Amino acid sequence: MQQENKTSRRDFLKAAPVAAAAGAMALSSCNSDSMKEYLQNNFRTLSKDEIKEIITNLEVKYTKKYGKKFSVSAKPALDKTLFGYALDLSRCIGCRRCEYACVDENNQSRDPQIHWIKVLEMEKDKGIDFAHANIHYNPELVPEEGYFYVPIACQQCKNPPCVKVCPAQATWQERDGIVVIDYDWCIGCRYCMAACPYGARHFNWGEPGIPDEEVNPITHYLGNRPRTKGVVEKCTFCVQRVREGRYPACVEVCPVGSRKFGNLLDPNSEIRYILENKRVLVLKAEQNTQPKFYYYFGV
Amino acid sequence: MFNFKNMKFYNFFLGSLKAISRGGKYYYSWLIFLLVAILWGGWGYLQQLNHGLILTHMRDSVSWAFYIGNFTFMVGVAAAAVMLVIPAYVYNWKPIKEIVIFGELLAVTAVLMCIGFIMVDIGNPAQFWHMLPIVGTINFPSSILGWDFIVLSLYFIINLSVVTYLLYCGYNNKEYNKSIVYPLVLLSIPAAIGIHTVTAFLFNALPARPFWNSALLAPRFLASAFCSGPAILLILFQILRKTTSFRIKDEAIYTIAELMVYSMFVYLFFSVAELFKEFYSDTEHLIYWEYLLFGIGDNKEIVFYSWSSIIFGTIAFFLFLFPKTRKNFLTLNIGAVLIYVSVYIEKGMALIIPGFTPDVVGQIYVYTPSLTEIKTTVMIFSLGSLLFTFMLKIAIAIIFENHNVVTDEIIVKEELPEIGT
Repeated sequence: MQQENKTSRRDFLKAAPVAAAAGAMALSSCNSDSMKEYLQNNFRTLSKDEIKEIITNLEVKYTKKYGKKFSVSAKPALDKTLFGYALDLSRCIGCRRCEYACVDENNQSRDPQIHWIKVLEMEKDKGIDFAHANIHYNPELVPEEGYFYVPIACQQCKNPPCVKVCPAQATWQERDGIVVIDYDWCIGCRYCMAACPYGARHFNWGEPGIPDEEVNPITHYLGNRPRTKGVVEKCTFCVQRVREGRYPACVEVCPVGSRKFGNLLDPNSEIRYILENKRVLVLKAEQNTQPKFYYYFGV
Repeated sequence: MFNFKNMKFYNFFLGSLKAISRGGKYYYSWLIFLLVAILWGGWGYLQQLNHGLILTHMRDSVSWAFYIGNFTFMVGVAAAAVMLVIPAYVYNWKPIKEIVIFGELLAVTAVLMCIGFIMVDIGNPAQFWHMLPIVGTINFPSSILGWDFIVLSLYFIINLSVVTYLLYCGYNNKEYNKSIVYPLVLLSIPAAIGIHTVTAFLFNALPARPFWNSALLAPRFLASAFCSGPAILLILFQILRKTTSFRIKDEAIYTIAELMVYSMFVYLFFSVAELFKEFYSDTEHLIYWEYLLFGIGDNKEIVFYSWSSIIFGTIAFFLFLFPKTRKNFLTLNIGAVLIYVSVYIEKGMALIIPGFTPDVVGQIYVYTPSLTEIKTTVMIFSLGSLLFTFMLKIAIAIIFENHNVVTDEIIVKEELPEIGT
């Protein structure tokens, strides 16, 4: 009963300031569905039924838009799971296959181009040194003499500065450690992008462009479902895959096996084996972001 | 009782409308000029709304730029109202007192322009309510942007209430109630310092960007604001004095100028302290200062701006420092324009862009504002000027031209020319 009261007051209060903005919106589109979409709440405050309804509507919308059967999952984090990632710097050859597999899997805009993974080419005699890194390397053959490669994407920090600064609580860390974004709640202020020390967050500066035939229709609400212009996006460890027990796309595609992924809470996982038997490092440790993305030298 | 009061307020509203509708040909030319600028800029902004922020030159590497720079600058202008409020109220210094209201009008305008620059910068302006308290899910107290929104709103409400109340009393020929005005005015002093401090913390809060991660950032912000904000008022007062019934003594202008020179000195000192620390330490964080002052390799796009700002600021400092040039209106005005331009360039270009160049993974993306960004900025400045013109018109009519509920016939002097934007 109390809960009901709360909701109705919330809705009432919301109606007032929103009315002005709604007036502007009414000029372009004025059916009740888009109004409802506009007034949709932060994902974390939605009831199960509301989520179900929203997801059904999204599936219909995407299926119609891209001309193929879409599924949008809202599967929550699995119990006793904390995802971790390890990347073997001595194996990586800088081929960028992970970068493009990620684009395909996660429906990143082709034009304008968005890449969640960036592969940095670094000079061997400088070590890990961002100031002299190059992402635009383009030789005939990799690896190049004298260089090594550091792929970088969201480090899924335990102490994520992006979450801390978001003014609208549109991004947060899930129980399984994945930092996600509610694309419908993001206002596009890009404070998170300024706060991220890894350049992991990307903004849809224009309307995302993906050819229909290349769209991946197996999606997660907090992961790879199609985005709109004006919102921020980032790597989610392929939340649509890993919560179903699959590997992230970049792990699967890596031709040299330098990418490892698993459950940090499972003592028998490969990731735990690496933490136990190899010496690992995290990028920019002085930032105290506490990444769950480890780098190591396997050979 | 209530009805009676409302009636009075309605009269005040009508009287204000009357005040802004009357003016000479210069006044109307100025309004038309602003209207044209609003339309020209507004067209650019409309394009941006349609196509997205891709029409700006911001990209993932430099994800904030000219809009946020302008926002920061306007926060400084808004905060600078205290420059006039402190001596007027705390020291009960008469020559400045009646002009405080104009500083507060400027603050009201500047805060609205700040909100404007935030709105044009965000990707989803229609979803802005997501970050509000109650209706949205504001991330308070964690997000400094949440804090900034709250202090700016508070500051806006305080200043708007004070000026509205004072003008309302003036229009209705009654003495204002000191026990209402004084506490609000006193509250506006820490609020002014608050808005600029919190805005500095907005950048300061990001250890990922070493260029801003200095404890001197907030003090430098305040010092620079107390140079640029009064500079606008200094020039504005002289123009108004020549062209309207607005009155101000030379003494008051010199006092403002004197306060400005202290601020400039503090600002210079802070900047030198910052430069010493960075250059002597010579850590990897020096690279942002190198980009700002000398450029990196062939990328020298911002060097012109940074040195213009430094040179203008230094000349202004010396013009203000010597009493001879400070008390000569020609050199004083040159100094005021120079310091205004210097701080505008510093906040608009030299503060934001080196924070992102090179980006967090060492890549250089060269940013300069696009035409869309310039148009949108012109739109906001013109809208702000229009609002400020109207408010000035009302205030001058009520304070200096005996425009009130009894007369309601105002003596129209010629024009209301351009304000120093």
